[in-house]
Amino acid sequence: MIKATINNVEIEALEGTSILWAAKKAGFTIPTLCNHPDLKPGGQCGICVVEIEGIPGLKRACMTPVGEGFKVKTHTPRIMATRRQLVELILSNHDTDCLTCVKNNNCELQQLASIVGINVHDYSRSGERLPIDRSSVSIVRDPNKCILCGRCIQVCSNVQTVDALAVNHRGFDTVITTAFDAGLGNSVCINCGQCVVHCPVGALYEKSATEEVWEALHDPDKFVVVQEAPAVRVMLGEEFGMPTGSLVSGKMHAALRRLGFDAVLETNFTADLTIMEEGTELIDRLTSGRNLPLITSCSPGWIKFMETYFHDMIPHMSTAKSPQQMFGALAKTYYAEVKGIDPGKIVSVSIMPCTAKKFECQRPEMNASGYRDVDYVLTTREIGRMMREAGLDVKEMPDEPPDDILGDYTGAATIFGATGGVMEAAVRSAYRLVTGKELENVEIKPVRGLQGIKEAEIDIDGTRVKVAVAHSCGQARKLLNKVQDQITKEGKSEYQFIEVMACPGGCVGGGGQSWGSNMAKRARRGESLYEEDRSLPLRRSHENPSVLALYEKFLEKPNSEKAHKLLHTHYYKRSTVDGKIKPAS
Amino acid sequence: MNLVRNHVLISIDAGTIMAGARAVEKALVDEINRQGLAGEIAVLETGSIGATGQGVVIVVYPEGLYYANVTPEDASEIVEEHLLKGRPVKRLIMTEMPRQQVIRKEKTGLLKEQARIVLRNSGVINPENIDEYIAEGGYEGIERAFTELKPAGVIKEIKDSGLVGRGGAAFTTAMKWDFASKAPGDPKYIICNADEGEPGTFKDRLILEGDPHKLIEGMMLAGYAVGAAKGFIYIRGEYALSIERLEKAITQARLYGLLGENILESGFSFDLAVMKGAGAYVCGEETALIESLEGKRGHPRNKPPYPVTEGLWGKPTVVNNVETLANVPEIIRNGAAWYRGYGTDKCPGTKVYTIIGNVATPGLIEAEMGTTLRDIIYEYAGGIKEGKKFKGALVGGAAGAFMGPEMLDAKMDFVNLKEYAAVLGSGAILVMDESTDIVGMLQSVLHFFKHESCGHCVPCRLGTKQLVEIVDRIAGGKGKVEDIESLVKISEVMRDTSFCPLGQSLNLPISSSLKYFRDEVYGRVQQPA
Repeated sequence: MIKATINNVEIEALEGTSILWAAKKAGFTIPTLCNHPDLKPGGQCGICVVEIEGIPGLKRACMTPVGEGFKVKTHTPRIMATRRQLVELILSNHDTDCLTCVKNNNCELQQLASIVGINVHDYSRSGERLPIDRSSVSIVRDPNKCILCGRCIQVCSNVQTVDALAVNHRGFDTVITTAFDAGLGNSVCINCGQCVVHCPVGALYEKSATEEVWEALHDPDKFVVVQEAPAVRVMLGEEFGMPTGSLVSGKMHAALRRLGFDAVLETNFTADLTIMEEGTELIDRLTSGRNLPLITSCSPGWIKFMETYFHDMIPHMSTAKSPQQMFGALAKTYYAEVKGIDPGKIVSVSIMPCTAKKFECQRPEMNASGYRDVDYVLTTREIGRMMREAGLDVKEMPDEPPDDILGDYTGAATIFGATGGVMEAAVRSAYRLVTGKELENVEIKPVRGLQGIKEAEIDIDGTRVKVAVAHSCGQARKLLNKVQDQITKEGKSEYQFIEVMACPGGCVGGGGQSWGSNMAKRARRGESLYEEDRSLPLRRSHENPSVLALYEKFLEKPNSEKAHKLLHTHYYKRSTVDGKIKPAS
Repeated sequence: MNLVRNHVLISIDAGTIMAGARAVEKALVDEINRQGLAGEIAVLETGSIGATGQGVVIVVYPEGLYYANVTPEDASEIVEEHLLKGRPVKRLIMTEMPRQQVIRKEKTGLLKEQARIVLRNSGVINPENIDEYIAEGGYEGIERAFTELKPAGVIKEIKDSGLVGRGGAAFTTAMKWDFASKAPGDPKYIICNADEGEPGTFKDRLILEGDPHKLIEGMMLAGYAVGAAKGFIYIRGEYALSIERLEKAITQARLYGLLGENILESGFSFDLAVMKGAGAYVCGEETALIESLEGKRGHPRNKPPYPVTEGLWGKPTVVNNVETLANVPEIIRNGAAWYRGYGTDKCPGTKVYTIIGNVATPGLIEAEMGTTLRDIIYEYAGGIKEGKKFKGALVGGAAGAFMGPEMLDAKMDFVNLKEYAAVLGSGAILVMDESTDIVGMLQSVLHFFKHESCGHCVPCRLGTKQLVEIVDRIAGGKGKVEDIESLVKISEVMRDTSFCPLGQSLNLPISSSLKYFRDEVYGRVQQPA
């Protein structure tokens, strides 16, 4: 332990602790801008500088480890003046149109300017305005707001290993951009939105669909259905000031109904359905021994990543569509048929913790119903904005159930939102499919939690199945490299089933979550999903009565021809240069 | 074997090549052949003799007579009159002679003719011939290291010599080597920083062009001392001749078994690769250089960890400047005590300066540590051009400090200059005469920094932009007193919070310009009513 003082408060800290964290222990929050708790400090902004007695100059608290006997001062007149100067310099090259900015009230620079007490600034806005990058269907990039903190690059390159963004030019002309300055939509970007949730300012945000959804809601000719992803129910409360991870399933249904949706349905319903399809696929593969390991396909960021960097693994991918797209295909077929609604009049909206879902829903092959299966995808942030505009407060809502016939769900579906959840749900049902018996202890703890790659061996009535779970594309890359290596060298992999989620923490850490998130919050949301699982009467997907009814009335059985037509898909090889589909050779 | 009675040395460096040295060389050889003197007169290529701006320079030995601004048309006259008849061509004789020895302050008992250390062979030997380097005692240092000193002894000798880095930061070389030798990690690397980018500095180029084997031997010694088997020379891409000569020298050294496996059966293996930089000033900063060498964008890294523990590809790495490494073979060959005979007690050795601006003979000079600015300007560089008055000098490059006339008698060395808030830096001395506009000088310095800021950190990226806008305003006559205050304020924030030395050092030219030329700067802004 190292002993030091921060503003005369004595502290003890582990060796290697930064002054920034040591100061927190002493009760002092040193202002920062480029620093993010989940990323390595880059030292770009210089806001967190402190004085250390006996050491000349100022030191960055974020990247200076506290040393034995350090006497640190965090807010001397010199430091405070320096911070103001730095913030003024940042503002000299930043569009300060805060009132009309998507990040108004959620902007770390705005908060910082207020904390350090900027009320005038001396330096004129310099530099030319740069074009806003709207080339992506998921993410908008406004370089005029960018403060070059580098968080987006770090998460894109180091955490996700996507490498869509990089620094270009130098000095005052420095910009963050994509390869060839071609725009995110013409890059290897997988639309995961981790850049968005790590951006401290309004330089990165989702491409909004709220106007289109408002229009549909106000169109009397349209029948607007809505589905909500598992993770949304543990995020939406945060948009209304509730504690992180508050579970608001019932309140969410109520608020959506009041917003004017004609039917409030559930992505969780199709999550259960996914298990039936994917679980059956798993049994087939285990029986035939072909194309193992089977790899999950729920995460559209992961899908584009796989298509770009691991398309040799396409035969291993589950052909099951994601729950969002299964829902879309059923809403305009089965649902329309049962409810007697013209599918042409149905507008299908989904609420997602995700930006990649916006990309997924417009993939040209996603039209199994004969229409675009899902019309609009809204992030948790967007639906939060719409509810606030309509004067709805989720906190104040009663608990209401979803509507039938695509509304029921089990505990297995709700844990899809956390990393390892799909795996756990699949095992619960696969056990039954293989053995005809129910798995007594449904909680598979080794696949839960936030370690990078999780492994487990499941005993299905004598058959040992080795599974692995990766969250974040960086971890997926590591795992897949290992699998490919094993297949090349030994002819087969040690794993039979792999779950991959593109985002760290799974969907609870998606690019569509509330602003100001970090790994601790992601973990908290995951725990809430497991709480809901525990609280539900049914915890196995194959017990969902509406799913069973769907098979009985419409699809016949899992992996039937009709199920294949509506619920399964195929994948493409993509270029590592621009992310576009490569022509079949 | 022919008995050669005259040697004609022609200085082939980037400057003289541009002035037409290759054509002059060919004309001389042709003329010598035509007049049937081929066996008697030898034309030899050499590196820079130190003078710049004097066109093609040749030296005729044994007279040691220098000709400047020689053209191919002069060849027949030189051969016929001087080399055949013994009558020097007066109109071509160089009037301002470069000094071959270091400028010595009064000190007794040491050999004056041995005074040049780093530049001892430059302009004397043929840099493209390893035999000439060996004939001048080359590679004796590595031999002594292998047979007598062993790695620990090399570090001790360098420690005893008091050698500090010549790139600007003046860090103790032996300490750097010691850290790297003790740092866990394998392999280890030696990097020579030859990315000479400081405006007005070309000392490394002339060392590389004039005596490339000295650098190779220096790097071998460094590698031997720290246990590295691989060295990289990260060199400014524009230094075409330096690269060519280095690569030739490396090939020759390999041929002689001086690079490669088990050198001279010592058990020590070492090899070198030359890597070209792409022109970013910030890549002269050692961690940005390492990033660039790894194939990444040249952004500085956070320190610690320092390169000696985590450098190239995360391995222990020594990064030394060309001039630092060029000192090493001489120290090892002649011993630390010999080296300490030069310079001051606190700062032994010599410093190579490039002296430019309004002086009579700009060029390269090697002077002992502790030589005064006055001696450098008036003894070596021939004083101020056209008899004008000395106004000041910008010493240490663009990131250096201005010095006014009151600093003429300051002793120039790393330790002493610190007391005056000045730096030796890269050893560039830009001399200004009385007609120089100080605001114009500041303007060019600040524009340079804005252009070369890498953009990584806020203070440097945005500070340089504001500084340029302000200094342009002052230069355009629209400045206010507050603008001068802003220059100081912003540059102080940059000094305190910039991520690397590039942004940190900009306060120096600003504060020193105000220290020595305060009235002039304040005279350029609108006076408060």
